[in-house]
Amino acid sequence: MIVEFGHFALVLALAVAVVQTVVPMWGAYRRNAALMAVAEPAAMIQFVLIAASFAALTYAFVTSDFSLVLVVQNSHTLKPMLYKISGVWGNHEGSLLLWALILALFGACAAWFGDNLPPTLKARVIAVQGSIGVAFLMFMLFTSNPFLRLAVPPLDGLDLNPLLQDPGLAFHPPFLYLGYVGLSMAFSFAVAALIEGRVDAAWGRWVRPWTLAAWIFLTIGIALGSWWAYYELGWGGFWFWDPVENASFMPWLLAIALLHSAIVVEKRESLKAWTILLAIMAFGFSLIGTFIVRSGVITSVHSFANDPERGVFILMILAVFMGGALTLFAFRAGSMEAKGLFAMVSRESALVANNLLLSVAAFVVFIGTIWPLLAELFFGRTLSVGEPFFNAAFSPFAVALAVILPIGAMMPWKRGEIMRGFRPLIPAMLLAFAAGSLVWAMQTGRTALGPVGVALGIWVVLGAVVDLWSRTGRGPVAGRFARLGRLPRADWGKATAHAGMGITMFAVCAMLAWKTEDIRIVQEGGTYALGPYEVTLTSVDEVRGPNYFSTMATMEVRRDGAMVATLTPEKRMYPVQGMPTTEAAIDYGFWRDIYLVIGDPQVGGGYAVRSYIEPFANWLWAGCLIMAFGGLLSLTDRRYRVAAGASRRAGAVPAE
Amino acid sequence: MKRMALALLLAFAPLSPVFAVQPDEVLADAGLEARARAISRNLRCPVCQGESIDDSNAPISRDLRLVVRERIMAGDTDAQVVDFVVSRYGEFVLFSPKAEGANLILWLAGPGLLLVGGIGAFAYIRKRGRGVVPAEALSADEQSRLRDLLEK
Repeated sequence: MIVEFGHFALVLALAVAVVQTVVPMWGAYRRNAALMAVAEPAAMIQFVLIAASFAALTYAFVTSDFSLVLVVQNSHTLKPMLYKISGVWGNHEGSLLLWALILALFGACAAWFGDNLPPTLKARVIAVQGSIGVAFLMFMLFTSNPFLRLAVPPLDGLDLNPLLQDPGLAFHPPFLYLGYVGLSMAFSFAVAALIEGRVDAAWGRWVRPWTLAAWIFLTIGIALGSWWAYYELGWGGFWFWDPVENASFMPWLLAIALLHSAIVVEKRESLKAWTILLAIMAFGFSLIGTFIVRSGVITSVHSFANDPERGVFILMILAVFMGGALTLFAFRAGSMEAKGLFAMVSRESALVANNLLLSVAAFVVFIGTIWPLLAELFFGRTLSVGEPFFNAAFSPFAVALAVILPIGAMMPWKRGEIMRGFRPLIPAMLLAFAAGSLVWAMQTGRTALGPVGVALGIWVVLGAVVDLWSRTGRGPVAGRFARLGRLPRADWGKATAHAGMGITMFAVCAMLAWKTEDIRIVQEGGTYALGPYEVTLTSVDEVRGPNYFSTMATMEVRRDGAMVATLTPEKRMYPVQGMPTTEAAIDYGFWRDIYLVIGDPQVGGGYAVRSYIEPFANWLWAGCLIMAFGGLLSLTDRRYRVAAGASRRAGAVPAE
Repeated sequence: MKRMALALLLAFAPLSPVFAVQPDEVLADAGLEARARAISRNLRCPVCQGESIDDSNAPISRDLRLVVRERIMAGDTDAQVVDFVVSRYGEFVLFSPKAEGANLILWLAGPGLLLVGGIGAFAYIRKRGRGVVPAEALSADEQSRLRDLLEK
């Protein structure tokens, strides 16, 4: 009964989404306030209906209702509760429902927080958001209905892919989707502005918080996914340039570009057409990402939950929305006149360079991701594009970005002087250069990656500090410290996010350059040296988990005889899916992680054991979190809160 | 145990997080082994989805890893080893497609777009900069007045 209710709510949501698309759009065209006013309740009702539908599906998973095909295929009575719930979105249909839920959530948020928007713009934004909802609800109901029943329910389910039974992956998709789908707001704002034919500083100010929020979620989602890959896949790698990872990386890069170009629109009323185009493309890449993940057109290591037949439908959605938006853009872009003038050396120019590098970098990732497909279609060649290509083709852009970042961040608007902007950064540059050289001299016979990472990291982090400090003006140090606390949160956010970027870049280089690996056979009771540590394989036991069998090793790590950690790497066997997983055991540390993996028993006795020392591993995810926190600081800046408060006061007086 | 071995054999399954390089494959000479690892990281497992033979658990990847090491022991250069594998399995096994023929599009797309975009951006910035009045230096009087104001 509850399942039918959820199914019905989903169909009703589609009907509401159609109303949400058509009526306010028509109302905005006819300047009819009553018709435009339909947008708000429609957006909220659509959200409530999809939320009810999502709750119904969750209920089916939690109670293990095996009359639902989806539950049978992805759940099992013995599965821990957390994974029964995360199993809702651990599959194609359920993840689409989550997609639609978040889409409707953003639409409803536009209705809630959009009081300061001009009424026609607000109506159009919600209408465009509704149209995306129509497309995805139709996709779900016609090709991927999560509420299909089975005539004869089986006694038990087939269980969720064991790799997905993990806390990291339980929360990875929701964050990623909040980011992906959050970019739909930037898209809706862009299309609405194109229909209005007006883009001004206010538009830049409205679109920025939405983009910022989407970017924060995307950052956390990608970091969670990368962390999951690190500890779960048992190779100690954190990024594989897999098509599915690239699918989330491209919108992330474009979202950063969009954030920065929207600043130029907000402060200087330039780069308008480009910003609109970026907003369209950022969401376009989210759709392409969905297409790549959901169609399985580019086979990848993430190939669970794909289905080639559904690809056509998503391709159609992509064609309609991108084609429509870009056609609109082609007609209207000329009418968006830029106002602000700026010189060759200025903040604006630096942000143009930032946008150029980020967009081309996203394009490089894109072409690398789809090249195997293109090469097969047009040249009849089956080939692969993987890590070596991306490392060679992408890294130069990342390095160039990091090099110009601190200089650009301190450049004054409109007109600057390269030397005046550069002078306060000279100590940071010298220090970065000296540290890089020192590392280069200390290590022998290794790649240049380590020193480059150290230099870039220090340059970007110190650059952010200098930037913040320079905002405090002149005068005695005490006064400047006092002013530091009164700086707008946007300034703190900017410096924090930039510093997080520097830390992440350093950690990526450090992990790639200085990782220690050891592969060997170890007898029970045997000891071996791993860098400065001695590792002992104390015992290997068979253990039973709730829905798996485990071969669990107990390993002691000592340094100069002193105990550092006792680790229990496991090799699990999930009998329902017939699939083994490796549970690496990690001793997390500030400077390094010790990463142990137990393998198969060997013919001559003993076990294969893989051990790694991963330097600065936690800095990578900490850097991502710092970046996201910087975004959050910026999002809570006074100018957004003040605007929100002012509108609430205005809303108390009946406006119409 | 038998079942587990069977599961392992069937584990070309995507994302199988199981062992790749086995201890018995590792060459005694650390320098040669490092070369073998570097080469095999850039070779794709022919039956898996997006895994290198260095990461993959498929039997064919093990065979390929052994072939790579055999060729290295036989004195081949890195390029010769890669060519040897490509001659048997085609360019599909290369994670970094050779920059020749149609693949030039792949390799030149980024730099090409950067060039075109750079020229476009430069032209745009020049156009936007046309109306900006060049900065006039402060006169000596203004300089001293500025200093007074700042020091107050």
